[in-house]
Amino acid sequence: MAEPPVSSEALLERFGPHPAYVPVGGWQDESEHPADRLVKTHCCFCGQQCGIQLKVRGNQVIGFEPWEEFPFNRGMLCPKGVKRYLQGGHPDRLLDPFLRGPNGFRAATWDEALNFTSQRLREIQEKYGKDSVAMYGGASLISEKSYLLGKFARVALGTRHIDYNGRLCMVSAGTAYKLAFGVDRSPLPWSDVPKAQVVLVAGANVAECAPITTDYIWRSKDAGGKLIVVDPRMTPICRNADLCLPVRPGTDLALYMGLLHVVLRDGLENRAFIEECTTGFSEVAASVRAWDPRTVAEKTGVPPESVERAAHLFAEADRSIALHARGVEHHSKGVENCLALINLCLATGHIGREGAGCAMITGQGNGQGGREHGQKCDQLPGQRSISDPEARAHTAKVWGITPEEIPQAGYSAVEIMEAIHRGEIKALLSCCFNPLVSLPDADFTRQALEKLEFFGVIDFFMSETAHYADVVLAGSLQEEEEGIGCTAEGRVIHIQKVVDPPGNARGDSWIYCELAKRLGKGRFFPYQTTRQIYDELREASRGGHADYYGITYEKIDENMGVFWPCPSLEHPGTPRLFENGRSYHPDGKHHFVATQWRESGDPVSADYPVYLTTGRVVSQYLSGTQTRRIGALVNQYPNPRLEIHPRLAEQHRIADGDWVTVTSRRAEITLQAMVVRTIRPDTVFIPYHWPDERSANRLTHRTLDPRSKIPEFKVSACNLRKAAGPPEWATQQRKGKA
Amino acid sequence: MNGYEFYVDPSRCIGCQSCLNACEECETHRGQSMINFDFIDRKGTTASAAFVCWHCEDPTCAMVCPADAIKKGEDGIVQSSLKPRCIGCSNCVLACPFGIPKIFPEREQMMKCDMCYDRTSIGKRPMCATVCPSQALSYVRPEQMAERREKPTNVFYFGKQRIVTKVRMMVPVSTDSVSLDVLDHIWEESHAVLPQA
Repeated sequence: MAEPPVSSEALLERFGPHPAYVPVGGWQDESEHPADRLVKTHCCFCGQQCGIQLKVRGNQVIGFEPWEEFPFNRGMLCPKGVKRYLQGGHPDRLLDPFLRGPNGFRAATWDEALNFTSQRLREIQEKYGKDSVAMYGGASLISEKSYLLGKFARVALGTRHIDYNGRLCMVSAGTAYKLAFGVDRSPLPWSDVPKAQVVLVAGANVAECAPITTDYIWRSKDAGGKLIVVDPRMTPICRNADLCLPVRPGTDLALYMGLLHVVLRDGLENRAFIEECTTGFSEVAASVRAWDPRTVAEKTGVPPESVERAAHLFAEADRSIALHARGVEHHSKGVENCLALINLCLATGHIGREGAGCAMITGQGNGQGGREHGQKCDQLPGQRSISDPEARAHTAKVWGITPEEIPQAGYSAVEIMEAIHRGEIKALLSCCFNPLVSLPDADFTRQALEKLEFFGVIDFFMSETAHYADVVLAGSLQEEEEGIGCTAEGRVIHIQKVVDPPGNARGDSWIYCELAKRLGKGRFFPYQTTRQIYDELREASRGGHADYYGITYEKIDENMGVFWPCPSLEHPGTPRLFENGRSYHPDGKHHFVATQWRESGDPVSADYPVYLTTGRVVSQYLSGTQTRRIGALVNQYPNPRLEIHPRLAEQHRIADGDWVTVTSRRAEITLQAMVVRTIRPDTVFIPYHWPDERSANRLTHRTLDPRSKIPEFKVSACNLRKAAGPPEWATQQRKGKA
Repeated sequence: MNGYEFYVDPSRCIGCQSCLNACEECETHRGQSMINFDFIDRKGTTASAAFVCWHCEDPTCAMVCPADAIKKGEDGIVQSSLKPRCIGCSNCVLACPFGIPKIFPEREQMMKCDMCYDRTSIGKRPMCATVCPSQALSYVRPEQMAERREKPTNVFYFGKQRIVTKVRMMVPVSTDSVSLDVLDHIWEESHAVLPQA
């Protein structure tokens, strides 16, 4: 409701982020008070969801120990995994529900906070209609909670509008895979990667965003494999690449159409596979005809010889894999980018075999599982379409309502914020989402938040977005509720409840059930445990593409994970999809889908001549709500820096360490330059994990892919000017440290 | 751990600093990381390197220690200085050709990587090599390293000083030792490179 209750400084002072450097009790405490148990569970940061053992004493996570038996990561961890335990006992942790008051937030009782929340939601729905309330969820939630959120929106609130922060992640890939294969999952287990003779890494900063995957790629190289990397930046894995294709931001599609052009021109396609297993080839062949290497080079800045070589390497190998991530997905043509890669795999027959295929490297912790069971605006559990009458009937039966009572598809994440901005949506209930940092065009997001008549947040820390809330319900960390996740490779894993939520914080699932009661829908949410939610999820997903029916917590433990689909208790799970040559489409064919070139939504011009691309660093996770509170991770990379090539830097008389103001068509921010030869000279890069004056997303724009509704984080236009000195935030920060 | 050796491969380092962060979690020196980590030349490249102590056969640090505080165990591991003996003089810090030992002023003691004695002695791998996601630090059996495209060496030249280490460095197949002497890269033949007096 309008602006935060007190100044931002006051809120930051009270609720952080304060970096925690030392475990509870100090570094030496463990030798005097050793852990009383080690719990095998998973990391919460990123879609790889590495196995990890948390050290626990009493109700406190106090450290970690690698879990070397878990087959995916075999003890390996990135720095986020190593330090994740420092969330345990963190001083910023919300220990009570908070209500907004004239002097800031005040701790409230659960009854008061829940009654207030449900009452406001009812009032607004009665006044403006059911769809005036929207919900945001997050893909870092365990699947039980994702399922619960989807059901809560449709059954307890009866609103069409629920979407999740996975919309900002890999939905372009999901949409493309559904179009091509009829199912949204990486078709191969990661154990296939070392078996590939060629690995094409397309727009994926594997070293920083999926560090464990590096080990798989190195094993492929040790066996003689070739590595091709496509990225406007020379990311760390480029040092070991056989071929680097530093593509101009926003032109990936031209490159992949060009690769297919060369494949077809030189007769390298797999005719037998195309004829037997696919449809739509001729349209795709026609669509790439104009994309000869010379044309591609002009568009992408990648030399024609590199285009030729990449196409030949990829097509001529018996086993090639294309791994892709946000670099191709975060575009207003993100779906086309993914489709073009899939088309390349289909034309060369690299799919459904050991060591061959395409795979999306899903980004969020439970990015895969969190999108399968109903918190997407257009989906019901089991990856069912909300517009499919059969799916509605099945889900309605499991939920105990009529199919007509299930609302139709609603707005996607950015569209919800736009609807709030124009006054159509009046109230928002958000969990596990920090849109002020993660949505594009942050100033627009801020204006929208100020317009809400009611804003409820469920979170464990006070995120920057939560400053705008009327009520903040103190929820739970990943290790505080039992459940499942699904990793980037489609492996369903068991997340243990390691400790209870501290203080008066509560499990998120309890919060939703209590709200449902107060909204008069308690009978649909009778759960005492998350296991009961999971058992219902299994039924709800049964018969869908993402069929979890045969996966139980116990079966996961016995097998170190089970790959879906797994339709019966006897079924061993499905590590690799399409092995019988059939897709999940009713016709069983893989569908080639033709792609068409178009420009990005925020083109460079004389006034904004530089490409801006945004991304991540290894020490931070998403909007930083968690990782900006962990001291070692903060120190590793404290503030966003502007990566800029010396050639471009020289033009603006910018030296390494200088302050530079970056201006886009929406806003400007001032950051310190990091002059490096590892980025294209026409492009600058800023990581996005920070809020306010340091927020890269104040510069980005709201153009969406028309099908996936993903924003175009990977390409905006900007200009640069050297700043006279450090901005206010940097001066303050230095004073604070002094 | 019997039969296991430590290998360092900077060409596989991705700069994530997992090792640096994990080292700090080891029980014997919790809160202090013993990993040496650097971006080599971030302006020009993403190349980075993470090093543990190389555990020399004939450790320079021990040779130069005036207090006889640095000991090598029978297992070949060069330990941190003995607390009662260490005088914090920094001789070892200055002398180690790899730049490994560090003085911790609050402890008045030199501490360095001891190859996670607390872990390896009970059958666990060192923390850094366990968590490293990119095979830059490995603690494995030699057979496993034979699958790599590089090969190990443990002979280093620093000028005239020849050092043989317990920890091995992965180098290109055509290389037998690692030399950090410019002379090895200069064409000299019969011409002296020193200015003639």
